[in-house]
Amino acid sequence: MSTLHTVNKSPFGDSAFNSCLEHCKPGDGILLIEDAVYGAVAGSAVAAKVEARAGDVGIYVLDGDAKARGLAAGKLIKQVKPVGYDGFVDLVAEHDRTQSWL
Amino acid sequence: MPEAKKFLYVNRKAPYGTIYALESLEVVLIGAAFEQDVSLAFLDDGVFQLTRDQNTDEIGVKNFSPTFRALGDYEVTKLFVEKESLEERGLAPSDLQEIMYEDEDDDWEEKPSIHIVSRSEMADIMADQDVVLSF
Repeated sequence: MSTLHTVNKSPFGDSAFNSCLEHCKPGDGILLIEDAVYGAVAGSAVAAKVEARAGDVGIYVLDGDAKARGLAAGKLIKQVKPVGYDGFVDLVAEHDRTQSWL
Repeated sequence: MPEAKKFLYVNRKAPYGTIYALESLEVVLIGAAFEQDVSLAFLDDGVFQLTRDQNTDEIGVKNFSPTFRALGDYEVTKLFVEKESLEERGLAPSDLQEIMYEDEDDDWEEKPSIHIVSRSEMADIMADQDVVLSF
């Protein structure tokens, strides 16, 4: 049993992503959408915490939201996997439940 | 009837700055009619929803905090509050209002609905649900 977590707020102005990182379980996935994609940028103040969880939790960004904000794949933490809307649907289907961190 | 599903309502917002907290409580009350296995989680700023002595007279909005005490009558009797979230905000369990329910399986004995849990216990509770609704 696993959970797909979705986050849509920048981690620099909101605690949602941090709280998600502290409550998710091994085998879960975290999909960063909308302004949460800033949480996937390499070298930021939150990057170390993201990298530390990336071993047992899959971390994804919605590619369109990242590109819209000028975040090409080369600017992202290397363990973060970009997915399209089709990948979003696959992630929902692969996990047993979805929890959004508003 | 199909087996009841486990529903968790996750509350992470303070009560009056946004409409989330009130909307959550409304949905819980509506959902209670469907006889599912309901729990409520309070973490991050959501713990502020349960504090004592709320008085909204001067801000022109409804003080909905007493409504939490009615949840027991709708068989919503599991309110999990995260210990670390309380501590980070300078709160202790004694700062929360008392919310009781009458246990029909135990001669209607009055029992507390609020359970203080650690962050890792909260993670376990979240992982044990069929449906998670966030507010």
